[in-house]
Amino acid sequence: MNGSESHRDESKMIAAILGGDTQLFHDLIRPYERTVYVMALSFMRNESEAEDVSQEAFLQAFRKLDCFRGESKFGTWLISITLNEARGRLRRNKILKMDSLDEPDDEDGHISPALLRDWKEIPSEALERKEMQQLLESAVSELPLIYRETFLLRDVEELSVAETAELLSISISLVKVRLHRARMMLQRSLAARLKAMNPKRRWFLWS
Amino acid sequence: MVLECKHVWDYISGYLDNTLPADTLRLVQEHLDHCEICSAVLDSTRNILILTADDRVFELPLGFSDRLHARLDEELNNRMQTSE
Ligand SMILES: [Zn+2]
Repeated sequence: MNGSESHRDESKMIAAILGGDTQLFHDLIRPYERTVYVMALSFMRNESEAEDVSQEAFLQAFRKLDCFRGESKFGTWLISITLNEARGRLRRNKILKMDSLDEPDDEDGHISPALLRDWKEIPSEALERKEMQQLLESAVSELPLIYRETFLLRDVEELSVAETAELLSISISLVKVRLHRARMMLQRSLAARLKAMNPKRRWFLWS
Repeated sequence: MVLECKHVWDYISGYLDNTLPADTLRLVQEHLDHCEICSAVLDSTRNILILTADDRVFELPLGFSDRLHARLDEELNNRMQTSE
């Protein structure tokens, strides 16, 4: 989530929507489309199902808007609706069972990173290449769910540790443990592959 | 006290988030200054975090917004009718 919502008065917008200016709901949710989609995708691992879940989450947010109490941020509330919707759908698909099989239940083992002697910075311009985007997306989607959701909320959507803990109903220290493990798993699965894609030549020659 | 590499790895996240206690940070920093492997682990992890947080990763599917707002419109218009 970006900080652009800071110059919007969301509680005023919500009050106006509840007062009958329903069209304002379009504007209210615009900054959160990607966040909701990314979280839905992290559960569903399938673009069209993730889109379904996102639509459903936004519809529910509209229907339940009068239950929003403003104790958390609107964005956080939306994410919790999204997570519930995605979990419900997974349960119905019975995918949850399969997914939990690849989740290590021991969370105190160490994760060893991939060992390299040197690292040549990969600039963000490299993301202009579709294969680079796909490499990163698939590495994240291969993480077991408990690490994937923590990583996405914290490092991709940039929620605080406390907000992440609240959304996932886990302790702050568990968020930190899972986040660390997720990062090490990503480093381990990506470092060598990224290094191989990093050209020795200058970047502009590649585009 | 000297830290071994595998202990330094446990502190990588804390180092990146700047949440290590001062004395731990000093030990980790001393190790990083002399260990090319742990420095490369740190640099690659930091680099990977910057890349995965970029908006170009996990892009919305084409037409996502249009389809979403069209579906919302159905609901919003419905609501208007029932409340009138
Ligand atoms: Zn070392």
